[in-house]
Amino acid sequence: MKILTLVRQVPDAEARVKINAQQVDLEGATLVIDGMDEYGVEEALRLREGGANVEEIVALAVGPKRVEDALRTALAMGVDRAIHVETDEKLDPIALSGIVAQVAQAEGAGLVLVGGQEADWDSQALGAATAERLGWPQLTWTNELKVEGDTLTGRHDVDDGNESFRASLPAVVTTQQGLNEPRYPTLPNIMKAKRKELRKDDLATYGAQPRVRVVNSEIQTRARLNRMIDGKDPQAAAQQLLELLRNEAKVIA
Amino acid sequence: MILIVAEHAGGQLAKSTLEMVTAARESGREGPVTVLVLGQNVAEVANAAAAFADQVLVADLPGLATYNAEVWAAATAQIAQEGEAHTVIIGGSRSGREYAPRVAVKLDAPYLEDAIALKANGNALQAQRYTYLARVTETVEAEAPVIVVTVKPGSFAPAAAAAAGEQYDVELDLPAPRIEVTGRSLEKSSRVALTEADVIVTGGRGVGSPENFATYVEGLADRLGAGVGATRAVVDAGWRPYAEQVGQTGKTVQPKAYVALGVSGAVQHLSGMGKSKYIVAINKDAEAPIFKVADYGIVGDVNQIVPALIEAARK
Repeated sequence: MKILTLVRQVPDAEARVKINAQQVDLEGATLVIDGMDEYGVEEALRLREGGANVEEIVALAVGPKRVEDALRTALAMGVDRAIHVETDEKLDPIALSGIVAQVAQAEGAGLVLVGGQEADWDSQALGAATAERLGWPQLTWTNELKVEGDTLTGRHDVDDGNESFRASLPAVVTTQQGLNEPRYPTLPNIMKAKRKELRKDDLATYGAQPRVRVVNSEIQTRARLNRMIDGKDPQAAAQQLLELLRNEAKVIA
Repeated sequence: MILIVAEHAGGQLAKSTLEMVTAARESGREGPVTVLVLGQNVAEVANAAAAFADQVLVADLPGLATYNAEVWAAATAQIAQEGEAHTVIIGGSRSGREYAPRVAVKLDAPYLEDAIALKANGNALQAQRYTYLARVTETVEAEAPVIVVTVKPGSFAPAAAAAAGEQYDVELDLPAPRIEVTGRSLEKSSRVALTEADVIVTGGRGVGSPENFATYVEGLADRLGAGVGATRAVVDAGWRPYAEQVGQTGKTVQPKAYVALGVSGAVQHLSGMGKSKYIVAINKDAEAPIFKVADYGIVGDVNQIVPALIEAARK
């Protein structure tokens, strides 16, 4: 089985978000692999290390030149090779899923791993849309995964709790925190990664067109009162807090 | 027509369905507001929905007894096509956001995900949504013969009963589910649901132990009639069930008051509760990021401040 793992690049969670010309401006921001996708890369490696029949692990990224860094990280973690569809076009998840599905088909992948929620666009759509395009089942919010032959078992979160599941490959699995603890690339592996294949593809090959346009972006921070209450005397602090909640904020009776 | 897929559980129409009706009516998109009820033994849900919609389509079928993404997507896309819907509205729950993208692909439609506001702009539809861990509000737009939307729970006022919609039974050609559910662990809380609570008391690792969590977080929540929330760290440590988790990978909440006990305030947590009207933070670390977003903050030990709070609230 071949595993295709999608890698997106997002601003570090602690990075400050700037707006320029009504769009989010990432100039100067620290960019990292989306943590949710990193769980996917790690899981692919663990499936192979755990004895599943994994022939090859391929990482895919779609985005501007800088996205190479995220792919290099995945290569250094241990994926075998990488594909970079280089474009400055901002593709919504439905459009992006067209590329992921075409690559999965061309590569003959049996399992696609995608992050469950994008840290930048907050979207959960990519895995599901990719599964639909491929005509495969999808397992979202997965926090436990086993592959034996063509059988996929594990556990994932649902609306009101979690479920254990069984399904057959091929399938799309979306990953999340709790599934594993991603490894740090070691220096020898970073060196080795430089010699691994990183193929460049042209967006035009895939005929993907954005379907959603970003009209405007705004940072809306609610002004907070930031009123600090002295905690040295717990009784007095508690009394003062309750009074403020009752009489000033009027949020409790 | 505008097609809304009803959310319901335990024979009850969910509040989120009424929120979607409001979103449909406020959007300015034309045509009858139609609610599609998918499930088995859903007559009561359909009756309840009829009071809010222009018409209700009922698919009461054994194949719809339990939710499955592929089945729900196939059912929704079929009805959207047959009814020539130009707008399909699906709930922004975990399951809604799981099958809505499949509906969009089936209909070759653009997808506006997790909308907090919805407005027609000529033939186009504009939606607002939060991005970058809820630090940015983006306005996005799509124009196509049919557009699929998910609506973020809690973003629209629930519609008031107004209509007496006709009900129609519909037939569907459903695929067989390919995922076998081998076990289910549902987390039920006797307390008020997090997404509906006016006040939420949340505990983080700073609370110290599962026992302290029960004493202080649950104790204060009971005193204030509040819902109980937990941070990812607390859930990962096994202190609390996943159902209580607030944040990027848990629930998004917007109560009148959010009381954070021993919560440091990681951005992933803030993205789930940052829209609360008032935020209260109690933490012994004066440098904790939670204080930057707090309206009222106390630097102090939860073990000392909270018993005093519970005692004072008793009076």
